[in-house]
Amino acid sequence: MAMIADDNRGLRLAARYAVLVLIAVIFVFPLVFMVMSSLKPTQQLLEDSGNLRAFLPVGDISLSNYFAAFQRAPVASFVFNSVLVTGVTVILSLLVCSAAGFAFVFVHWKGRELFLSILLATLIVPFETIAIPLLLMVANLPWLGPEGVTWGWLNSYRVQIVPFIADALTIFLFVQYFKDLPGELIEAARVEGASWFQIYRRIVMPLSGPILATAAILKFLVMYNQYLWPLMVTQEEGYRPVMVGLQYFFQLNVAWGEVMAYLSLITVPVLAFYLYLQKAFIASIASTGVKG
Amino acid sequence: MARVSLRNVRKSYGTAHVIKGVDIEIEDGEFCVFVGPSGCGKSTLLRMIAGLEDITSGELRIGDRLVNDLPPKDRGVAMVFQSYAIFPHMTVRENVAFGLTIAGASKEEKDAKVAEAARILQMEHLLDRRPSQLSGGQRQRVAIGRAIVRKPEVFLFDEPLSNLDAALRMDMRMEIGKLHQQLGATMVYVTHDQVEAMTLADRIVVLKDGQVMQIGAPMDLYHDPANLFVAGFLGAPSMNFLKVTVQGVNGGKVLVSNEALDPVEVSGKRGPFRVGQQAILGLRPQYLSVARGVGRLHGAVALTERLGSETVLEVTLKDGTPVIAALAQDAVFPIGAQVNLEFDPDRVHLFQEP
Repeated sequence: MAMIADDNRGLRLAARYAVLVLIAVIFVFPLVFMVMSSLKPTQQLLEDSGNLRAFLPVGDISLSNYFAAFQRAPVASFVFNSVLVTGVTVILSLLVCSAAGFAFVFVHWKGRELFLSILLATLIVPFETIAIPLLLMVANLPWLGPEGVTWGWLNSYRVQIVPFIADALTIFLFVQYFKDLPGELIEAARVEGASWFQIYRRIVMPLSGPILATAAILKFLVMYNQYLWPLMVTQEEGYRPVMVGLQYFFQLNVAWGEVMAYLSLITVPVLAFYLYLQKAFIASIASTGVKG
Repeated sequence: MARVSLRNVRKSYGTAHVIKGVDIEIEDGEFCVFVGPSGCGKSTLLRMIAGLEDITSGELRIGDRLVNDLPPKDRGVAMVFQSYAIFPHMTVRENVAFGLTIAGASKEEKDAKVAEAARILQMEHLLDRRPSQLSGGQRQRVAIGRAIVRKPEVFLFDEPLSNLDAALRMDMRMEIGKLHQQLGATMVYVTHDQVEAMTLADRIVVLKDGQVMQIGAPMDLYHDPANLFVAGFLGAPSMNFLKVTVQGVNGGKVLVSNEALDPVEVSGKRGPFRVGQQAILGLRPQYLSVARGVGRLHGAVALTERLGSETVLEVTLKDGTPVIAALAQDAVFPIGAQVNLEFDPDRVHLFQEP
């Protein structure tokens, strides 16, 4: 009997691994294809694409596509712009949206249910429908900078950051998470004399590791993949992000090797960020022992 | 230290009235226990004192101050919650010192006060641990430590022992009693456990449906309950109630009987009673004994529970009413045996029929 049980367990384990490997392959192979192709000349890349060689570093392998990509477009500038815009937006978004979620869940004020409903209703409005009105709006907004008050936000970093700091989805994520935090922790802190801000900073935020990591990853992906909005609001190369930069590689004849090299380069920050937060994510789950 | 005064305090959620005009005066240094069944409003009342619930109307004073509209932090109270509510991301030391940290105390002051609290609660060895590494009893100590370190005017306890197992509950109960003697502070304690209420309280407030049923010292409530609810709520096993008919009234004494009860003259202080009316006679199981002679109550044994030091006997009376007798010795009775029960007429209570 024990033998049969062991066999079953082994089979189940094998089946489980088979499924996991299959899923991993589905997710990893496009990346492998991208990196391998970025090392090959366009001619070889097209020849290999119909067979397994597409996933292997074989043939005429070099970094020449990378050098060519840097010559064709200001890659470093695009990556810098994207990382800056995305990084600043993610940080400000976590601060603003978590504070909003806190106010919706813990602070009792008149109309908060209605306000939250209206906010959540905006989730169903696609960005494309508000893009043009938003463009007209930001084109005429004032800004107080070192050179005094200026009008119009086009061709700047702020136009890519400010409209995306607060969003309904991120607030909703925080609201749902905060609702599950034990209310007695908040009440205990209130009785102990903590102000709302102190409760937010000393109690709620330290217990919000998992949701901060989740919200950060989601926001990062949305911001890093921005295409339509930066295309609309930036005409100057100096402010353009990576996705807009992609069009530099699709003019006249497409050099697929360079495209793949560019894509490989701009994927690095995403992977690095994800791997970093994955660690923080696991650590934050391990350290929160909210149990009675 | 301070007294707590509630005058005609009410609480409503829309049309639902959960506290219906409560008057309680808690003296300086008193240990006052709010007791009652689930949903009676005892926790709501405590949370109103803490400032965690608004007061719909009435006056709440702590010391000389009207605190109706003060936030919790300005009321000079500390609270121990049922779930302990200790902060999971902080060490025990940080938890205990939390209120001091918020108040901006110096490190030396915090260290000294935390050490003092840890000494009182015998948890010096736990200070650098995280809550997840503590047992339920230890967590409760931390919660109490956090409360005492700020030296509040009033301590509030919201069913602090109900998450502990029976043995630990008894230990912690005694410790809370000692703590009260040591600190001499005003304490308000909510529980549904009558043993906690009876053993800890200087005075008990019995609540039902948002109203005060009776306020008094534990033994006063036990020996002289003002109504059927208090009589039935305090005491374990709970009081037996018999439907009786009033046969005669003589000054303060009332003669009652029923099918299973021989006529007996009892005190009529919860009167007035008139001849022929129905009333309820309350008999505590501890004051019932098996008569050697004819006795006063007659029935048959339905169940015997032998606990060693005492025997709990369930007797079905002639009229079908079940009656519990807690006999102070080990005894064996066959099921179905006819028994006559005896009691001291001075130790029974006659109530109006509701």
